[in-house]
Amino acid sequence: MRSRSELSSIADLAANARVVVALGRRSILQTARRPQLAAPLLVFPTLLLAIQTGGAGGAVDLPGFPEVESFLAFMLAGAMVQSVLLAGNSGAIALAIDIEMGFTDRLFAAPISRFGVVLGRLSGTAVLGAFAAVWFLAIGFLFGVTIQEGIAGAVWIVLLVAASALAFGGIAASIALYSGKASVVQGLFPLLFVVLFLSTAFFPANLMLEPAGTVAEYNPLSFIVEGIREPIIGKFELGDQLKAVAAVIGIGALGLALSAWSMRARTRRGS
Amino acid sequence: MPDGADEAGGYRARVAAISTQNLAREFEGGIVAVGGVDLEVAEGEIYGFLGPNGAGKTTTVRMLTTLLAPTGGRAVVAGHDVADDPGAVRRKIGVALQEAALDPLMTGRELIHLQATLHGMPKARGHELGDALLHRVGLAQAADRRVGTYSGGMRRRLDLAAALVPEPSVLFLDEPTTGLDPVSRQAIWDEVTKLNDEGTTVFLTTQYLEEADQLADRVGIITDGRMVAEGTPAKLKSQVGKPHLEISLAGQDGTSADCDEVLARFGKLLPAKDGLALVELERGAADVGPVVRALDEAGLAVASLELVEPTLDDVFVAETGHHLEGEAPPGSSGPADGP
Repeated sequence: MRSRSELSSIADLAANARVVVALGRRSILQTARRPQLAAPLLVFPTLLLAIQTGGAGGAVDLPGFPEVESFLAFMLAGAMVQSVLLAGNSGAIALAIDIEMGFTDRLFAAPISRFGVVLGRLSGTAVLGAFAAVWFLAIGFLFGVTIQEGIAGAVWIVLLVAASALAFGGIAASIALYSGKASVVQGLFPLLFVVLFLSTAFFPANLMLEPAGTVAEYNPLSFIVEGIREPIIGKFELGDQLKAVAAVIGIGALGLALSAWSMRARTRRGS
Repeated sequence: MPDGADEAGGYRARVAAISTQNLAREFEGGIVAVGGVDLEVAEGEIYGFLGPNGAGKTTTVRMLTTLLAPTGGRAVVAGHDVADDPGAVRRKIGVALQEAALDPLMTGRELIHLQATLHGMPKARGHELGDALLHRVGLAQAADRRVGTYSGGMRRRLDLAAALVPEPSVLFLDEPTTGLDPVSRQAIWDEVTKLNDEGTTVFLTTQYLEEADQLADRVGIITDGRMVAEGTPAKLKSQVGKPHLEISLAGQDGTSADCDEVLARFGKLLPAKDGLALVELERGAADVGPVVRALDEAGLAVASLELVEPTLDDVFVAETGHHLEGEAPPGSSGPADGP
């Protein structure tokens, strides 16, 4: 029979899980109701995908370019990662707005884990990431891309993209928690593109000039991009998938640690 | 004297809902927002925490509600130390912070239901209680509208309803009526009084003298992070002087020797002002009837009279040398309250 304290801990855990779900739901509704948060998630990456696919499709004929069904099949992974980076950033902007308008005080004054508040926000970002993955898979399907690894490959992609959104969201959330200002988080926007273009999101590392090629080769984002891309183009390798998962875990752990540190700093500072 | 208050206007004999000893908060750069506050608020009391902008009211509330760690002293709320057991404190308090921190994109009902989830209520119970609270504060009709479309008064009432979700034993209201029109302000006052009648302890910060005077059983006055006075409004006002009567005599401008002779029987004569005779009444309102009768017996007809009580502003002036409303403290360059 369980002791009273064990039952109490389980009850607390269940209550915190319900809070995470409720705050995740709020985060999704907030994105849906605030166009400036929803636009970066789908509109920008879709436009960039259309422009790049239309304008640079001939790149597939370059010597050394991976063998792919089409340039769109190669680009889908990049669009998904771009989307989750922006989703994480949008989620962090929303968190900073919550801090600015005092809404987080309402949450922090409730008898729940403060970390649950951040996790709630991130869980919403993860769901939005999963939605973005489905969106771009659907675009690929509409324009003739075949997911080489089939349904299982598509499910894996959705999971990996959702986990990436959570991981990137953690990093952005830590900046929101530390600064408490939406304008600071918005300032990350150009930086995200630098990191994105210095990865294999839109071009293979072996065809980049140095030192960009080396940077892209070791950029953790590239591991995630390749993990997403392989099931699409049919070069699924376990080693690459483990690298992708390790990158997600590493970025996620860093994001959560930084978020916890930022939260403590905020409580200590009082602002 | 309010129920439960002792002769000194205090509630010491009853259980303390809030108790602080030398509570302090210093911010980076050595800014002392609260410099050692001692408070004792009894269960069932409405405590008015009065002070100008930047006095340290909000910082004190943020410490008492576990949103800000104290840098000195100790605070116990609802039987739990805010630093050692913040979770237990949060389970027993309701908080409505300054400027109603509400998400304009949520509907009133969504916000109340979220609040219920935050307090660990099962879904059905949370919905039932939330809907009842929306009805209580008169927002049942507007419950499915987004908060962004609410007026200031509606936002405050929603914030109050949200603060009541945990059925708190101690309710913190940080300037709940700032910026509201008189009707909305009265509605909040009525609800606070009703809650207190139901047994809820209310800790209310305000910069409005009238609010503190109307609602609070006891008032604490804070300025520059330090308490300068504490007691029932009546006791505080009695400390700065007795009420005085302003009398206008029919067919007579100012006072006269006959009039002064009569009025001197009831208290100290004050210099006549604006054609009115002034007398400080030893027994306050109880002397008004006898004064009128005595003047009548002396053949002096009273055209009008007014009993003027000392105000909390007089108390504030006596303690700090400046007025609470409409005048910044000398040398103040900005708010000392933390964010």
